[in-house]
Amino acid sequence: MRDNSKFVGYLFEVAWILPSVAIPVTLFVAVVITAFAVGIRVPTDVGRVDPQALAQTVPFDNPGIREMAPGVYEATVIAQTFAFTPGEIEIPLDSKVTFTLTSRDVIHGFKIEGTDVNGMIVPGQITKVTTTFRRPGEYLIVCHEFCGAGHHLMFGKVIVK
Amino acid sequence: MARAITSARSMVAERVDRFGTEKRLAAINIIIAFSALAVGGLMGVFQVLNYNNIDLYPAVKPVLPGGYYQGLTLHGVLNVLVFTTFYIIGFLTFIFAKSLDKPLASPAMAWATLGVMSTGLLLAAIPLLLNQATVMFTFYPPLKASSLYYIGLTLVVAGTWLLLLNMVLTRNAWIKENPGKRTPLASFMAITTMTMWSVATIGIASEMLFLLIPWSLGLVPGTDIILARTLFWFTGHPIVYFWLLPAYISWYSLVPNHAGGKLFSEPMARVSFILFLILSAPIGMHHQITDPGISEAWKLVHALFTFVVFFPSLLTFFNVVASLEYSGRKRGGKGWLTWIFSLPWGKPEFTTQVLAMLLFAFGGIGGLVNASYNLNLVVHNTSWVSGHFHLTVGTAVALSFMGITYWLVPYLTGRHLWSRKMALTQAWLWFVGMGIFSHFMHELGLRGMPRRTMIGGAPYVLDSWKLLLPFTMIGGLIMFVSAALYYLNIIMTISAGKKGYNEPVPFAKALSGPEDTPQILDRFVPWLLVSAVLILVNYGPTLFNLVTNARFNIPGLSPW
Repeated sequence: MRDNSKFVGYLFEVAWILPSVAIPVTLFVAVVITAFAVGIRVPTDVGRVDPQALAQTVPFDNPGIREMAPGVYEATVIAQTFAFTPGEIEIPLDSKVTFTLTSRDVIHGFKIEGTDVNGMIVPGQITKVTTTFRRPGEYLIVCHEFCGAGHHLMFGKVIVK
Repeated sequence: MARAITSARSMVAERVDRFGTEKRLAAINIIIAFSALAVGGLMGVFQVLNYNNIDLYPAVKPVLPGGYYQGLTLHGVLNVLVFTTFYIIGFLTFIFAKSLDKPLASPAMAWATLGVMSTGLLLAAIPLLLNQATVMFTFYPPLKASSLYYIGLTLVVAGTWLLLLNMVLTRNAWIKENPGKRTPLASFMAITTMTMWSVATIGIASEMLFLLIPWSLGLVPGTDIILARTLFWFTGHPIVYFWLLPAYISWYSLVPNHAGGKLFSEPMARVSFILFLILSAPIGMHHQITDPGISEAWKLVHALFTFVVFFPSLLTFFNVVASLEYSGRKRGGKGWLTWIFSLPWGKPEFTTQVLAMLLFAFGGIGGLVNASYNLNLVVHNTSWVSGHFHLTVGTAVALSFMGITYWLVPYLTGRHLWSRKMALTQAWLWFVGMGIFSHFMHELGLRGMPRRTMIGGAPYVLDSWKLLLPFTMIGGLIMFVSAALYYLNIIMTISAGKKGYNEPVPFAKALSGPEDTPQILDRFVPWLLVSAVLILVNYGPTLFNLVTNARFNIPGLSPW
C-alpha cells in the first residue's frame, strides 16, 4: 500500500475506535446513574437460610404480607415445586414492597410482569427485591427458571388495589 | 503437459498424506456435530409448535418419555454443547495445521482428543435419552441428574484440552523451524481460541469435580448452589466466545478470500483475539445479576468489563467490513454503500457467512442490554434471552459453520457442492426464518414471557403473547426448511457430487499483514498473565467468600 492510503486507513480506524470506546462508556455511566441516583437496584448478598429449618426462621415461618411502616410492606414468599406460598398477594396502591424470597427445594425464578422485579430464588439463600406499585390491577408472577415437570404451572399474582 | 499433470497429482497425493489425520478428524468431528444438530434442531421445531398449542410430544413418547423438557434439554445440549464443541475441535484441528502448513505434532494425541470426547458424549447420551438428565445444558443444581451426565460432559471438556496441548507442541516445533517469523494468522487465532477456552473451563471442571460429580454419586449429602452457579458461569460466559471465535477465524482469514479481496488488517485482528483471551473470563457474573448471595458491587464490575469486551467485537466489525469493502471496490463497486452489491453474492460460502454477520450485529447489541446491570431486570430469563442467543450462537456461529462446510466438505471429499443454488436458498431462508423467530422471541420477552417454559401448557399465557406467538412458529418452520435443504445438499455432495474439486484452502492474504505485526502480538504468556490478574481481581474476592462460607446442605431433587 502507498503511504498516503495507509494514513487514510489510520484515519478511518480512529474514526471507528473513538465511538467504539465512547458507546460502552456512555452505557456504563447510564447504568450507574439509574442504579444509584434513580435507585433501580439488583439483588445482592443479604444472607443465607437453612431450607430445612424455614418453619423456625423469621420471616419464612410466616409467609405473607406485613406492613413495616405506613405504605411500606414486606412480602415473604416461599417457592417450592410448583407453587409460590402465598400464591396471591394483595397490596394497597402506591406502596413500596420488598419481596423476601427463598426456596424449599430447587432453584425457581420470580418475575413480576410489568415491573422491575426479577430475581432468582435459590435454596439456602435469601433474595430481596423492592419495587413500588403505582398502577392498580393484577400483576402476573411467573417462575422463570426451569424447576421440573410442572414448571409451566408455577405462577402467582399481585393484586394492587 | 504430462509432466505437469503428474506433478500436480503427486502434490495432491502429498497433501492427502501430510494432512490425512487432520482431514479425517475434521470430517468425523463435523459429522458428529451435524448429526447432533439434526436432532437438536428438530426438537426446536417441536418447541415452537408447542408454543402454538400443537403438541407433538405424545406421538414420540416411546423415545422421548420426558416430553417437552427432555426435548428442550436435548435441544440445548445437542446444539450448543455437542454441535459447537465437536465442530470447533474438528475445524480448528484442520485449519490450525493447514495455516501453519505443518501437521499436528502428535497424531496419536489428536485421535485421543476425539476418543475422550466421544466417550464423554456416549456416557452423557445414556441418561439424556433415558430422561435421567432433564436438567438443561446449564445443569443448575440442586436439579440432580444421573452422574453419568456430569462425568460425560467433563470428559468432553477434558478431551478438548488435549488439542491445545497438541497445538502448543506443534507451534513450538514450527517456531524452531521458522525463527523470527510470525505464526500464520489462522493458526495464531486457533491457538488463542483454545487457550482462552482452556483457561475458561477451569470453572466448569472445578464445579464438576469438586461439587456435582461427588454429589451425584452420593459421596456427599448436599451441595452449595451459588458456589456451583458461580463456577458454572466462570465458564458459561467465555463458552460463547469459544463458539464465536472459530466463526471469527473464518470471517478474518477465509471470508475476505471468498469475497475476492484481502483482509484489511492482520495486526488489528490479532489485537481483537488477544483482547478476547484477556477479557472473556473475568465477566461471567453478568449472567448472575439477579442471583442472591453475590454482592451487587461485583456484579457492576462484571457489567463494566462486559462493555469492554464489546470493543474487540467492534474491532472485528470494522476490520471485516473494511475487508469486504476492499473486495467490493476491487470488483468494480462504487459509492458509499453500493459497493455491497458488487460482492460475490452467488457464492454460497460467502453469502452464508455475511448473512450470519448481519444478524450477529443485532445479537451483539442485544447482548449489551443483557449485560447492562439493572436493565437486565427487564429481560433476565425471559424469551428475550433465547431470542438473543439464537442470533449469536444460532446464527453468527451455526450459520457460519454451515457456510464453512460449503467449501470444506468439497475440499475434504474432492467433490463439488451438489447444488450452489440450494445452498444460497438455504442461507437466505435461515436468515429470514431466524430474523422472524428471534425478533418475536425478543418482543415476547419484553412482555414477560419466560424462557425454557412449556408455554403450550401454561395456564397464565397473556393476551399480548398470544398475538405474537404464531410468528415464532413461522420463523421456526422456515428454519426447518432451511435445515432440510442444508442436510440434503451436504448428503448429496458427499454421495453424488461431481468429482474433481481440487481447490486449495481459501486463506486470505492481508493488506496489512505479518510484516506490520509486532512480536508482542504473536505471544501468549504476557497476555495470559494479564488474564490471570484480571480473573484474580474480578473473581477472587467473590470466590473466596463463597468457598469459605460454603454450606453443602442442599440435597437435590429430580422433579421431572
